[in-house]
Amino acid sequence: MKRQFTGWMAAAIALVLVATAARAAEPIKVGQISALSGGSAKSGEGITRGLSVAIDEINAAGGLLGRKLELVRRDDESNPAKGQIAARELIDQEKVAVMFGGIDSPVSLAIVPIANQSKVPYFSVWAAATNITRNGASPNFIFRVSAVDVLVDKALANHAVKAFQAKKLGLILVNNPWGESNEKGLTAAAKERGVEIAGIEKFEESDVDMVAQLTRLKSAGADTLVLVANAAPGAQVMKSLQRTGWSVPVVSHWGISGGRFPELAGPGAQKVQFIQTYSFFGPQNAVGKKVLEELEAKYPDIKGPADVVPPVGVANAYDAMHLVALAITKAGSTDGDKVRQALESLDRYDGLIKSYDHPFSAENHDALGEHDYIMVHYVGDKIEPVTN
Amino acid sequence: MFAAAAFAKERTTVLMALALVSGLGLGSMYGLLALGFYVTYSVSGTVNFAQGGSMMLGAVLCYSFAVTLGWPAAISIALALLLCGVWGLVVERIAVRPFASRGSNGWLMATVALGIVLENATLFLFGKEPRNYPSVLADAPIDIAGVPVLPLQLVIPAAGLAAALALHLVARHTRIGKAVLAVMQNPDAARLMGIDVGRAIAGSYAVSTVFAGIAGMLIAPLFNVSSDMGTLFGIKAFAVAIVGGITSAWGVVLAGFCYGIVEALIAALFGSTYTQILTFAVVIAALALMPNGLLGSAGTKKV
Repeated sequence: MKRQFTGWMAAAIALVLVATAARAAEPIKVGQISALSGGSAKSGEGITRGLSVAIDEINAAGGLLGRKLELVRRDDESNPAKGQIAARELIDQEKVAVMFGGIDSPVSLAIVPIANQSKVPYFSVWAAATNITRNGASPNFIFRVSAVDVLVDKALANHAVKAFQAKKLGLILVNNPWGESNEKGLTAAAKERGVEIAGIEKFEESDVDMVAQLTRLKSAGADTLVLVANAAPGAQVMKSLQRTGWSVPVVSHWGISGGRFPELAGPGAQKVQFIQTYSFFGPQNAVGKKVLEELEAKYPDIKGPADVVPPVGVANAYDAMHLVALAITKAGSTDGDKVRQALESLDRYDGLIKSYDHPFSAENHDALGEHDYIMVHYVGDKIEPVTN
Repeated sequence: MFAAAAFAKERTTVLMALALVSGLGLGSMYGLLALGFYVTYSVSGTVNFAQGGSMMLGAVLCYSFAVTLGWPAAISIALALLLCGVWGLVVERIAVRPFASRGSNGWLMATVALGIVLENATLFLFGKEPRNYPSVLADAPIDIAGVPVLPLQLVIPAAGLAAALALHLVARHTRIGKAVLAVMQNPDAARLMGIDVGRAIAGSYAVSTVFAGIAGMLIAPLFNVSSDMGTLFGIKAFAVAIVGGITSAWGVVLAGFCYGIVEALIAALFGSTYTQILTFAVVIAALALMPNGLLGSAGTKKV
């Protein structure tokens, strides 16, 4: 009897050991939920490239906690409901350690409560709506390595005044939560900068013709337009603008860089000055040089800095993945709550966009601020910094 | 002071004119699509609810032939329209006839379902990103009395009117047209007279998808080419068909113009926030005041 018991014990211990070994070899899965199809497909591709290059680096150095990293991607089709389904699937079925979001603020906002309930950290690496990270949850599992609308709006208002001597801004915004977030931000930024708002006009994602909206802004005396839209609807705004024959400077949020904006908008695309967090042009830091080399080696269509489109998607995702890796190492675990605490107490990371010093705290979940933005424009279909 | 006011007034006039031109262009698109509803409804009492999908097919095929493969424009357009017609026959054969012949209303859902299949197949084959369809007609605006207008914006309403006129002429003055009119009035009697009712219905579907294809090609340079470009157009066109009185070709085209202009004027006068609310409120009001549509007539049912 006793011998039999010992035998069972040995078998059980062996089983546990085997299971633990198998688990140790199991990869740590990280999820990506973003637009991989539709008018913003390029944004999702950029995010994938940034994450993949970082993951390759981490895996080449032996992975995390002795396990390899593996990327699991889902297409949200820019649709909040599909994003939520994908988030549930990644959390429940794939058991991802963290999730990375996409370009669409409405999708990210829909996933925020799910991530917070499930205690799985969620990184916004593009979507900029202010209330994605500032969502009132405590503890808050939502982090961001990207621009924040309130700060982008300040930068856009500043640029309009500095580059175009704007006195009356005409806002032309997409009619969704992201547009709303910027309506608030731009109104506040204009007040702070001492410029008037001539008018606020909105349009639907699928609208063909924005002539009526633009005409209203023109008759209200707008001298500079501020555009908030993704690539396809943004292109419709520029085509409509061309039809009205109104030559007016346009500064834009960065949504337009998530798709084929220069092709869709035609010649009008070149006059838009918009915001990014990073440019692969000009002198690069050591990380920039390394990442560019790795991108060129991994993706045959990348032959130089101009081919890294859209740069924000790549750069934000790359830095976010490394910050996550540091946090997992620091936490010694992939447990969501431990990773969150580790993220909030990270001290230094010499990244691509900048050297992060205490990027997050319990109160601040945004790693980038207004001094990390640059203004760019399209030259052909390449994105280059504005020089003025 | 007076000069400034006069200037402001003149500017407002130009702005309203711009909105009108845009509205007329979009309205003709709605009208062309709605004519497709009219054609099949008149002949068979059924419609292809995926008209938006047929419109998209025209634009996607034309883009693929002319831009991707680099074929001459005339061949690309002709071939795309031919294939649109074939698609109409397919819709009728697999999504309408099996149901309508049994007196079932299953075609309502079947046409919607087939449209979704088409959209997703296109997404898969054509690609996931919207593409730009360049056109010489949409390059530079010409100046008409101080209002910048793209040549294409003049072609579009002309195409809408031409389609309605062609339907009118064919129906009144050709053998096929008269045969179809006979089918419309009394299918059983027409069958006794040796008219092939099934072919008349199939033909009406081909005509309907060709109209949609024309609309798709015309709007593509102003918009973009993508698998879901037709969805919203299809919905608006259905509203237009009902408001126009689905039994009158001229009524449908007129309703299309009205819808586009009302939409543009509401956006210009009250701001775009109110466009959908007010436009569809106008649709409901129009139906309440004219239950048979602008130029439609009440159907009489003998009991």
